[in-house]
Amino acid sequence: MHIHDYEKIWLVLAMLLIVAIITTITYGATAAGIGMISDQEETIDSNALDEDERFAEPRVEQVGENEYEAYVIAQQFVFSPDPIEVPANSRVTFYITSPDVLHGFHVEGTNANTMVIPGEVSKLTVEPNEPGEYGIVCNEYCGSGHHTMEGLLIVHPEDEFELEGDSDE
Amino acid sequence: MSEQLESGAPTFLDRFPQEAKVVRAALGSSFVALFLGALFGIVQTLHRTDVFRFMDAEYYYTVLTAHGVLMVVSFTIFFLVGIYTWGVVRSLDRPLENIRFTWAWYGMMVAGTLLAVVPILGGFVDTSELSADVLFTFYAPKQAHPLFYGGLSVFLIGTWMAGADWFRSYFAWKQENPDERIPLQTFMALITMLMWYIASIGITIAVVGFLLPWSLGLFNDINALLTRTLFWFWGHPVVYFWLMPAYMLWYTVLPTISGGRLFSDPLGRVVFILFLMLSTPVGIHHQYLDPGISEGFKAIAMTNTMFLLLPSLLTAFTVVASMEHGARQRGGTGLFGWLRALPWRDPAFTGMTLAGLMFAAGGFSGMVNAGLNINYLVHNTLWVPGHFHLTVGTAVALTFMAGTYWLWPQLTNRELYSRPIALAQVILWFVGMALMSNAMHVAGLFGMPRRTAEPQYEGFDFTATFGSIAEFDLQLAIGGTLLTISTLLFVVNIALTSAGPKVSGLGKPLSEPLSGPEDSPEILDNLKLWIVIALVLVVLAYTLPLASIIERGGVFGPGVDPVPMVVEPLVAYAEAAAGESAVGRLATAIGGVLP
Repeated sequence: MHIHDYEKIWLVLAMLLIVAIITTITYGATAAGIGMISDQEETIDSNALDEDERFAEPRVEQVGENEYEAYVIAQQFVFSPDPIEVPANSRVTFYITSPDVLHGFHVEGTNANTMVIPGEVSKLTVEPNEPGEYGIVCNEYCGSGHHTMEGLLIVHPEDEFELEGDSDE
Repeated sequence: MSEQLESGAPTFLDRFPQEAKVVRAALGSSFVALFLGALFGIVQTLHRTDVFRFMDAEYYYTVLTAHGVLMVVSFTIFFLVGIYTWGVVRSLDRPLENIRFTWAWYGMMVAGTLLAVVPILGGFVDTSELSADVLFTFYAPKQAHPLFYGGLSVFLIGTWMAGADWFRSYFAWKQENPDERIPLQTFMALITMLMWYIASIGITIAVVGFLLPWSLGLFNDINALLTRTLFWFWGHPVVYFWLMPAYMLWYTVLPTISGGRLFSDPLGRVVFILFLMLSTPVGIHHQYLDPGISEGFKAIAMTNTMFLLLPSLLTAFTVVASMEHGARQRGGTGLFGWLRALPWRDPAFTGMTLAGLMFAAGGFSGMVNAGLNINYLVHNTLWVPGHFHLTVGTAVALTFMAGTYWLWPQLTNRELYSRPIALAQVILWFVGMALMSNAMHVAGLFGMPRRTAEPQYEGFDFTATFGSIAEFDLQLAIGGTLLTISTLLFVVNIALTSAGPKVSGLGKPLSEPLSGPEDSPEILDNLKLWIVIALVLVVLAYTLPLASIIERGGVFGPGVDPVPMVVEPLVAYAEAAAGESAVGRLATAIGGVLP
């Protein structure tokens, strides 16, 4: 097959570009440690979330020094808990599921973004550094009130943070 | 050069009057869908940017469903079957085997479209159960009326029959010409259909196996992740289904109207074979953020996707090289000076070239989407529709419109009503899309979600790192308005052309490639080999993820009930429906998911 010289050069450059992109992404995924939504979590009966120890009562829980877990339900057309409150400079793992249809969970201005699928639990870990309020948006169409579905993530300065119920301990 | 080409040659209509009628009908149907789709498009553009709102926000999703389905199912695919019928008949130089069969598949596609559109428009009627506000992607457990799924199935069967029609032509031709290479246009049509048949496996299982019987109430539970994955099994190759007819025009028509010849026929074949092999085993790249699919499967999809850049990069070279050859034939000189010698006054040429230019930009934003982890920043933001309005919305749509300016006179024996209007139309599309798509990309980076009626929230504001949100909303609205005007100009120009006086001698023969099929190994034409490889790749890419999804959640899912998409709030609907036995089932189903 006759391939023109310029075409050969172009072909080689195109392949190099592709390999370079794959390398960059692999670097981000491995060395830079950008974790991805995966399949570590078991499936869940979306009709029986009220019997599930994590989701019966959506909440934020401290699980270690500076380590928190947030159990979040996304449903037509609210997130709970709302707001979600965590301290700065901590490590927060979100577990999110839905009792009805597909939803999205996107912390605005960040790459904390996941699909929420009934029957599945999305797990993502973030390390909020900057205290402040971050909007949470459902970014997957979920029904006629989709555009009203929002939440708030409040990142408190470390020394001002107190988990609900902590004062009793 | 163009005068020479127009010197009285017989047109497609002169040579194949019956086939020309079918092609006209298919293209005509696609233009009706384009026109309606554009009307829905401008309504949603003005609504979401808060420039002009005249309806309740909930109807936005009805409008969006109609826009999506009409544009990416009806407009694109009707055009595809029209242009491929033309390409196959023209390049094999023989009429179709049985024109009644041809009309039958066209009829199926029309019937399917109407069946699907009825429940979509039912969304505008408050009291109607007939509703399908599920958007183009119809992710379960959002549930549409059974007519919606039924209509899609009928439409799909129509497209399969169209492919069978072209294969039948090809087999008949092959009998008479056993030693000849498959003509390029026929080769492209056949490869496209092979890809389409493979892709259809996913959507067929999803719709016929699950969604249709589920919407009829035959069973209650659904595995939302499974049907979503099966959707994307089909949902990515479908974007190449839109694109490949545009590629066919770039490879076989654009070189001629540039005044030259295609640089390389063999590479055109290689490109299409790569599409056949790689466009299906990548669907999971739409699901990078899905729980229940492992990182490994996502990484495999990402790698395959990046290699899918190759055929498009090769095409960029071949098409530009062919244009340069054309320009030099027309007397162009210099390193870049030849660009001036191109026929910029020809709307068909300028439209296709601008479409190709925008496709390059769309390719780059697509690389961001395909980037496994970069994608987290833009997934489901306005960036994504910004991207695909460059690809399907311009590379495909504008090429189709430009190609129509070239082809329509040869299907009707009527001269184009106005070339200046046509030229203005394609430029207007380019400018409108540049504004709209830019605004969408930028707003997406600021985190603004797609598919959202009123992306203005109570608890927070989007932070624009430059400019302001209002500015980009306005840019989006202006762009959308220009695109609507452009669509109207196109439709009116074609309608007036069809009403014009008949003339003869409008035929425009296509030039032969510089490097023809005889330069390529015969193995390229071995369709059986390529389909086997493509199937193996699909099996490799999908067996494990699908098995894992089913193993995790079961075939019918871990207890996920249907949620019919009706415009009224669900609670109100359930109360209203509770008394009626006919819809009692619905109420029970909803009862299960209400707090």
